[in-house]
Amino acid sequence: MLHVKADERRRIELTVNGRRRVGHAEPRMLLTDFLRHELQVLGVHVGCEHGVCGACTILRDGRAVRSCTQYAVQADGAQISTVEGLAHEGKLNVLQRAFTRHHALQCGFCTAGILMSATHFLTTTPRPTEAQVRDMLSGHICRCTGYAPIVAAILDAAQTAGDT
Amino acid sequence: MKPARFDYYRAGSIADATGVLAELGEDAAVLAGGLSLGPMLNLRLVRPRAVIDITRVPRLDTVELRNGSVATGAALTQTDALESDVVRREIPLLALALPWVGHFQTRNRGTLGGSVAHADPSAEIPLCLVVSGGTIVLRSQRRERRVRAEKFFLGMLTTARQPDELVVGLEWPRAPADAGHAFEEVAQRHGDFAICAAACRIRLDGGDRIASLDLGLGGVESRPAPVDTAAFLGRPVDASMVQELGDQAVRPLAPLEDHVATADYRLALARVLISRVVHDAAADARTRRT
Repeated sequence: MLHVKADERRRIELTVNGRRRVGHAEPRMLLTDFLRHELQVLGVHVGCEHGVCGACTILRDGRAVRSCTQYAVQADGAQISTVEGLAHEGKLNVLQRAFTRHHALQCGFCTAGILMSATHFLTTTPRPTEAQVRDMLSGHICRCTGYAPIVAAILDAAQTAGDT
Repeated sequence: MKPARFDYYRAGSIADATGVLAELGEDAAVLAGGLSLGPMLNLRLVRPRAVIDITRVPRLDTVELRNGSVATGAALTQTDALESDVVRREIPLLALALPWVGHFQTRNRGTLGGSVAHADPSAEIPLCLVVSGGTIVLRSQRRERRVRAEKFFLGMLTTARQPDELVVGLEWPRAPADAGHAFEEVAQRHGDFAICAAACRIRLDGGDRIASLDLGLGGVESRPAPVDTAAFLGRPVDASMVQELGDQAVRPLAPLEDHVATADYRLALARVLISRVVHDAAADARTRRT
């Protein structure tokens, strides 16, 4: 059984957006802080730090999850995707372009997390209803947009992806 | 906020975890999905000396059909439970309740066992386990024991689990084929803590009268509150029956009062939700009878 002492910095190796990355963390380090401070993955945002606001949402092994309620030591070997991995060769993907078109962000603080949730959501629910999108979005807090343009953008992205 | 320092143990087996629990007892906290313990650690509401991670224990996330019951592993995520055909078919009440548990993003990591071990008064999974007549399976170095859900939840975040015991699984009796189910909840926002939740399982006889009725309330008291329904067997489900049931159900309750809702509001919700779930479950039972 692995035992990491409280003040011990453990070597963590994981995959972030397809690249193998290595850093060190003591057990109490949030995965959020590990990604930001150890690996400089700054698209992962720190909001409430207790699982409520959704700003820190990432994909772990393909699923949208909070990164603030798990610890870096738990993530050894994990496959992580963050907002930095969405664009391809500098070109925004279908979902990101829909967010731009619909003005689905203002300050942008919540956006990275919402994009990751929507990414996973659209793989499980490729043709969502508005109600399904709103239900998924209930796991995020946005103080700027009033959500309507975010809902529109996600529905539009689903439509666009379905057409191509 | 950031948690206080803790030692980290990654259990490779149930014996690993119970070994640390035997040694450290209350100084150790068991970590599964982290959707309850994580916030408590981060807000420093708890400062355990050690955290035991059980998410990599093999075969702790299974769903197994065994004779009369379905066994769900403690680390089964809420998303995996929701997507399980066995859960949908054999524990329809749980399948109805899971969409109310947190959000898409939290269900992806939150577990059934974690919710039960945490025992938040408003939690849906403990309520369903009580109404289903389910059982919690506990393991320690000394023994394995089974505790009926009704005896397990003792109060706010308090259970019959001993400090050296690990919740390893839950056992859900298979729902009778002719039983109808319903789950309803009121929260400030869908996915937030329930101000009041109601879960119901009903069976009707050939004359559309109540053959069995299991009913419980969550979020009202400090633990899931089963409702005594014995007086209503043999009666048809109609407006007066539901009204009387609501009156009787709320009488013995000692409702919580907090910044979200008054005690009176919780009781008012309890009556409304009882009415809804009993009617809806009866309608569901009628579709299953034919």
